[in-house]
Amino acid sequence: MLRYMLRRTLIMVPVTLFVSMIVFIIIQLPPGDFVSGYAAKMATSGEIMDEQAMALLRESYGLDKPWYVQYFTWIIGILTEGDFGYSLSYNRPVSDIIGQYMGITIIVSLVSMVFTYVVAIPIGILSAVKQYSFFDYLATGFGFLGMATPNFLLAIILMFISFQWWGDPMLGLFSAEFTDAPWTAAKWMDLFKHMIIPVIVIGTSNTCELIRVMRGQMLDEMTKPHILTARAKGLPEWRILLKYSARAAINPIVSTIGWSLTTIFTGSTITAIVLNLPTQGPVMHKALLSQDMYLAGSWLLLMAVFTLLGTLISDILLAWLDPRIRMTRKGT
Amino acid sequence: MGELKVEEKTAGGLTSSAAPVVEVNGLRVGFRTQAGVVQAVDGIDMKIGPGRTLALVGESGCGKSVTGKALLALQPKHAEVTGEILLSTADTKGKGRLDLVKLKPDSKEMRAVRGGSVSMIFQEPMTALSPLHTVGDQIMENVLLHRTRNRKEAKRIALDMMKRVGIGNAEQRLDQYPHEFSGGMRQRVMIAMALSCNPTLLIADEPTTALDVTIQAQVLELMRKLQRELGMATLFITHDLGVVAETADDVAVMYLGRIVETAPVRELFSNPKHPYTKGLMKSIPRIGSQTGRLASIEGTVPLPLNRPPMCGFYERCPERIEGVCNAMDVPETQIGPDHRVRCFLYNDEGSKAKEAKMHG
Repeated sequence: MLRYMLRRTLIMVPVTLFVSMIVFIIIQLPPGDFVSGYAAKMATSGEIMDEQAMALLRESYGLDKPWYVQYFTWIIGILTEGDFGYSLSYNRPVSDIIGQYMGITIIVSLVSMVFTYVVAIPIGILSAVKQYSFFDYLATGFGFLGMATPNFLLAIILMFISFQWWGDPMLGLFSAEFTDAPWTAAKWMDLFKHMIIPVIVIGTSNTCELIRVMRGQMLDEMTKPHILTARAKGLPEWRILLKYSARAAINPIVSTIGWSLTTIFTGSTITAIVLNLPTQGPVMHKALLSQDMYLAGSWLLLMAVFTLLGTLISDILLAWLDPRIRMTRKGT
Repeated sequence: MGELKVEEKTAGGLTSSAAPVVEVNGLRVGFRTQAGVVQAVDGIDMKIGPGRTLALVGESGCGKSVTGKALLALQPKHAEVTGEILLSTADTKGKGRLDLVKLKPDSKEMRAVRGGSVSMIFQEPMTALSPLHTVGDQIMENVLLHRTRNRKEAKRIALDMMKRVGIGNAEQRLDQYPHEFSGGMRQRVMIAMALSCNPTLLIADEPTTALDVTIQAQVLELMRKLQRELGMATLFITHDLGVVAETADDVAVMYLGRIVETAPVRELFSNPKHPYTKGLMKSIPRIGSQTGRLASIEGTVPLPLNRPPMCGFYERCPERIEGVCNAMDVPETQIGPDHRVRCFLYNDEGSKAKEAKMHG
């Protein structure tokens, strides 16, 4: 097992390097660069940048060099000093910006992820056990409604309701008086209150899918012959359900934790923009729009790394859950 | 298993042995469908004495597996079960017998019977064990449910059972998973599990069908040995007459949800009466037979849905009597001390009709 984990981690290194190169190329693909975008913005406000000024700006940012030189400067910076480059639009190091938003992003995403699993898994199990019952149809109906409703729309509706009832649309994650306040109990409470809407909005978008997966898996597992064996032993139904059916049904859900990790760190971009959340999503969005290449590139790279890490984590979890996977790994 | 060997077992037929461990009277199992009720088991009676083996034989779809499952109330939820399944166990001594049909399938009483006094072995050892739990865990689970609460004690019993069913290196094998066992070894695990709580009745639902022939013989030999040691009654469900000849004391031939012929094993093989039983006997391939083609019974088992009162085998029977066999229900006829058959050829009704035909 340990050797397997080590090997998997080592393989991640060349994959990450390869991905970083692709990321960099993709960022360079759209016509123009940060400077031409900046010049266009200046033009709208009446200031004309001449060619010489633009060239000077490019030179100072290193944008005049070919892409591979830029790439190697960037990647060597990351590897040797942990320097992800300089954000051109924020005028601050990229790592600074990422660090600023990371904490809140992780809190919001983790809470909504836990919300999703805590809601979806029991509902999925119950839906399967009471197949075609009123509860099953209700859960299915709500689930599909949740999936079909665009997140931003649900966010707006909830904000409206909140405004109507409590006179506060709960925009952002903190009330104005707490934004720069130290972390007191009152501030935590305020954060908790503000997280209700984002967690519901982000959570429900995945809930339906998970309910369906869990329900389908359970229906599959509940008709397996070894369930009959368990029943013939005289086990009570609920023990059969938990020990055998649910335990096996949870496997595919565990295997999707891998790519959920990415969403943890990026947050739901559109929802975050609508709800004005200070998470990474909107920052990323802005960076891409303004061709702030080092910020955007670092972001995409981080996402790739998290996807790889997530996959590794879910593979390890799967091996831990399923002895058959464990066995085949021993051999390799 | 090419040649049929009918083994002499303890003398005495079904009726002469001690009080039966289980007695089934008029058991019916029906499945409600949109087209009507599919009567998978249509009123069967049987008795199994202590230490004896009754083989329930028949083609696919004749209701033999449904019967086996109904004995433990393992039928699907939408099934309707009526009749009587009277079980005498150590617990019921002096209190009369327990009617399993009257118990709710998930009641505490029924669960005490399952795996305790009545246990079951299934056909597919590949899928009948959970792939995610160790073999030891799955055997011990049974023991912990019925025999002891002590995990150490349960482990000792599980180890002992594994040794008894011939699993070498039991201490190590206990912590292994089913996929590390071969098919035959898995079936041994199933047997160890089923017998771990000293059941009075073992239901074996085609336990050797999924195994290859040499392993089949080993498993059958093992089951016979354990039956001698533990003395449980066995209901052996199979379609393989070779297996019947090797294991059974008595045989019940089942067709379309009914038992059409019951006899001690020697009697049935030497003197089959029902046309269906004769057909089954003929369809056993024999080494050295001159005919080029394998004999078979034409057609398939019809669907037991909205059948009028008539013989279920009528459409396929080479000896059918028109106007009799397809006009009324067939009663059971006693034709020997332990030999009963459900066919018009052997009762007054049929002989009269036959005579009338010959003369007219």
